[in-house]
Amino acid sequence: MSALTGLTIAEARAGLRARQFSARELAAEHIAAVAAARPLNAFLAETPERALAMADAADQRLQRGAARALEGMPLAIKDLFCTEGVLTTAGSRILDGFKPPYESTVTAKLWAAGAVMLGKANMDEFAMGSSNVTCAHGAVENPWRRRGDNRPLVPGGSSGGSAAAVAARAALAATGTDTGGSIRQPASFCGIVGMKPTYGRCSRWGIVAFASSLDQAGPMTRSVRDAAIMLGAMAGHDPKDSTSAPVAVPDFEAALSGDIRGLKIGIPREYRLDGMPAEIEALWQRGIDWVKAAGAEPVEISLPMTKYALPAYYIIAPAEASSNLARYDGVRFGLRVPGGSLDEMYENTRAAGFGPEVRRRVLIGTYVLSAGYYDAYYLKAQQVRTLIARDFEAAFQRCDALLTPTAPSAAFAIGEKQDDPIAMYLNDVFTVPVNLAGLPGISVPAGLSADGLPLGLQVIGRAFDEATVLRVAEIIETAAGFTAKPAFLAGGG
Amino acid sequence: MAQPIRGSSGDWEMVIGLEVHAQVVSQAKLFSGAATDFGAEPNTQVSPIDAAFPGMLPVINRHCVEQAVKTGLGINAEINLVSVFDRKNYFYADLPAGYQISQYTRPIVGKGKITLDLADGSTREVGITRLHLEQDAGKSLHDQHPTLTYVDLNRAGVALMEIVSEPDLRSAEEAGAYLRKLRSILRYLGTCDGNMEEGSLRCDCNVSVRRPGAPLGTRCEIKNVNSIRYVMQAIEHEARRQVELLEEGGVVEQETRLFDAGKGVTRAMRSKEHAHDYRYFPDPDLLPLRLDANWVEALRRSLPELPDAKKARFIEHYRLSPDDAGVLVAEQASADYFEAVARGRDAKLAANWVMVELYGALNRLGLGIERSPVSAAGLGELVDLVIDGTLSGRLAKEVFAAMIETGKGAAVLVEERGLKQVTDSGAIESAIDAVLAAQGEKVAEYRAGKEKLFGFFVGQVMKATQGKANPALLNELLRKRLAG
Repeated sequence: MSALTGLTIAEARAGLRARQFSARELAAEHIAAVAAARPLNAFLAETPERALAMADAADQRLQRGAARALEGMPLAIKDLFCTEGVLTTAGSRILDGFKPPYESTVTAKLWAAGAVMLGKANMDEFAMGSSNVTCAHGAVENPWRRRGDNRPLVPGGSSGGSAAAVAARAALAATGTDTGGSIRQPASFCGIVGMKPTYGRCSRWGIVAFASSLDQAGPMTRSVRDAAIMLGAMAGHDPKDSTSAPVAVPDFEAALSGDIRGLKIGIPREYRLDGMPAEIEALWQRGIDWVKAAGAEPVEISLPMTKYALPAYYIIAPAEASSNLARYDGVRFGLRVPGGSLDEMYENTRAAGFGPEVRRRVLIGTYVLSAGYYDAYYLKAQQVRTLIARDFEAAFQRCDALLTPTAPSAAFAIGEKQDDPIAMYLNDVFTVPVNLAGLPGISVPAGLSADGLPLGLQVIGRAFDEATVLRVAEIIETAAGFTAKPAFLAGGG
Repeated sequence: MAQPIRGSSGDWEMVIGLEVHAQVVSQAKLFSGAATDFGAEPNTQVSPIDAAFPGMLPVINRHCVEQAVKTGLGINAEINLVSVFDRKNYFYADLPAGYQISQYTRPIVGKGKITLDLADGSTREVGITRLHLEQDAGKSLHDQHPTLTYVDLNRAGVALMEIVSEPDLRSAEEAGAYLRKLRSILRYLGTCDGNMEEGSLRCDCNVSVRRPGAPLGTRCEIKNVNSIRYVMQAIEHEARRQVELLEEGGVVEQETRLFDAGKGVTRAMRSKEHAHDYRYFPDPDLLPLRLDANWVEALRRSLPELPDAKKARFIEHYRLSPDDAGVLVAEQASADYFEAVARGRDAKLAANWVMVELYGALNRLGLGIERSPVSAAGLGELVDLVIDGTLSGRLAKEVFAAMIETGKGAAVLVEERGLKQVTDSGAIESAIDAVLAAQGEKVAEYRAGKEKLFGFFVGQVMKATQGKANPALLNELLRKRLAG
């Protein structure tokens, strides 16, 4: 096995610029790794020819000394991003055969920065899930295994294909989207870095919508520095997305000063859940010790509304989803199952096209928006959301960033928690409040569970202060010295 | 006060509120850059946003917001500096997203009012509840195939202003006057072309009846009526239907009805039990719309003179009757035309020429004033020839008819056809002399006291001069000669 697939973006960048290898060589090794990774089911579409063409263009740029931020970097793209002329299904049968006639803003920016497309990464259907078991095209396997146990594990979700591909060295990095934890939780489960930027930092234009007020695209990488480099290329105001923020994009990589002296790091009391595994507690404590050792000051803070975050999220997200998914009606694109009348065609198409989790959420969302229930559910949830955002605002009066676990457990086996949606939803307990408040959050691999699975710590920051989040994350990354590798490697480490 | 409906058990009063959907004059749609031209080939003016493709997002069209605010100012309404777009969710084949983006609880324009000009010359104020912006749906074509429906999305996403009146209208005539006035204001503002045939102005009518002074009755909504005449017919029919129903001991069901213009009747479309639950909620793809108060004020200052103000000015400045002023200001183009003719001339004479001769000719030709074959300057030239005595009224009408027909100028036609009035007293005198010499008997009768023969002599002299004799001069000279 070769070594190029084991590089970080920063290392590959240096290698390409130093002419140690070409973009084509880098792409070719990744194409082979994508093929080798097929047992993981991490990709829904592979685009090797496009990858090579893009790599050749990158080589020309490199030769001219005109390399851009991600010149030649082979990436996996979550299937939620519309890619022009390339199958885009959001992991759902209802988008069978759909090839968008347009490119999402975020992927267009990545290509404009020189990145190379390896293919489309599998995901939970319409990004609804925390396990990648709800994909219409089969579950994704986590490349990690428990020590002494060969049962396949979930990669987390919904960006599970992206996380598995990056962890298995089938892609240098990947795009993800995060609505309630869909970047950070799979990053934690797969031992990689995953960042959800501030809501409005990256354009949502061309990303299949799940819950519009919560969805945000972000990078999934093998280092904090890579996340900073990649986020820089993804971010920026987009006039085509009214919710994208007209704020300047700082040089995130330059923010990685390695110096967090004097920063106050909030430790939210309410995140100490009853019954949380001791190893998660212990990991969290190690994180606290690391930032303290680096000269920051841990402070206990309170986010009293935390316990209402999950219920509010599971009203708001399905409500928006029920409306966002109404367009999949069999009329204009994707799947159509004929019927004797228009209503019958709708019923046949949507029954065949949507899996059980999507149907469950559409039903919940339709219910909470119905006349007579709107005030009790949706309106109340929005009020809770405002209070949660205020909790964070108050906390950030007293500290500069928060440190928490990313998820309450390590990866679980495929099939576990399947019959209990509530247990599944609990996976998002530490990540969901960040989406509700629109804040940036990152998961950094910080250690291994007793049975050898990766565990992540989460850093949360003020709105549009990704720079501080990344800086703190890098300190944790360095202190943790996470070098463990998954059992399954598609490319050379 | 409107006439009550006389039922067999006594009088009933109609209560009417109108919801007008006015298509905003705009090159592009409300949330996409696609074009909005009427009559284009099906599905040629559709962006992926209008077709609700995955990942597409709406971005508000600033021009459409400006048009809505202008309209709000034109109907004397409150402008809401913060308004919110909501999703109205329902499934239909020509509604691509499965929801319509509209404004529900926080519209861009609040309460306003419109002054009606009624047939008896009186005026009456009607309240406006609100105006909000929303997207139009596409069009389902059910008649193109025996079993399939075709969908044309050209109209999907086009900006509409929904303008809702208070239930202040009390007769079909008032409803007609309301629509005419609203349309006139929209056209003055250039915010809607008011073309009901092309569907750019559509009207839903809410009609109920009650005993005078009693609480409101149950209303029925008549959807999508597309001419003022049909609106009036539909309301008239619907109110009578409800009265008949009530007098027979029935109850009015709240329901949506359609007007069948062919039969002149309304019939039930869907009842309340089948009413949609639209599940309105704020569209998370759009931030609340915030307007700058200074920007609104600048728009207010830039508004054109509107029909009510223009009418008042015409009455005041040109001394026109309220009726004439009302007719002239109904369309901006006719008001402008009139003012161009009246400038520096006798305004009443100008008004008469515009309203009687010009309107008459245009009606016959089926033309709007914008396409008049005679320009305002051309008509002014003709009026000048009347004022300076070159043409008598009769000759002027003849010249005007020729102007309409040939498009030539008045002076040219007078010259070409030798229609100039004869004001040479010598020529008229010799014509008089010839007539009197030929009619010796009648001259004697006149002189014996049969004075009504004077008209006969005038007619004879006119005939002899081919109508060109100046009537005043002729009268004067004839009287002198007969007094002899």
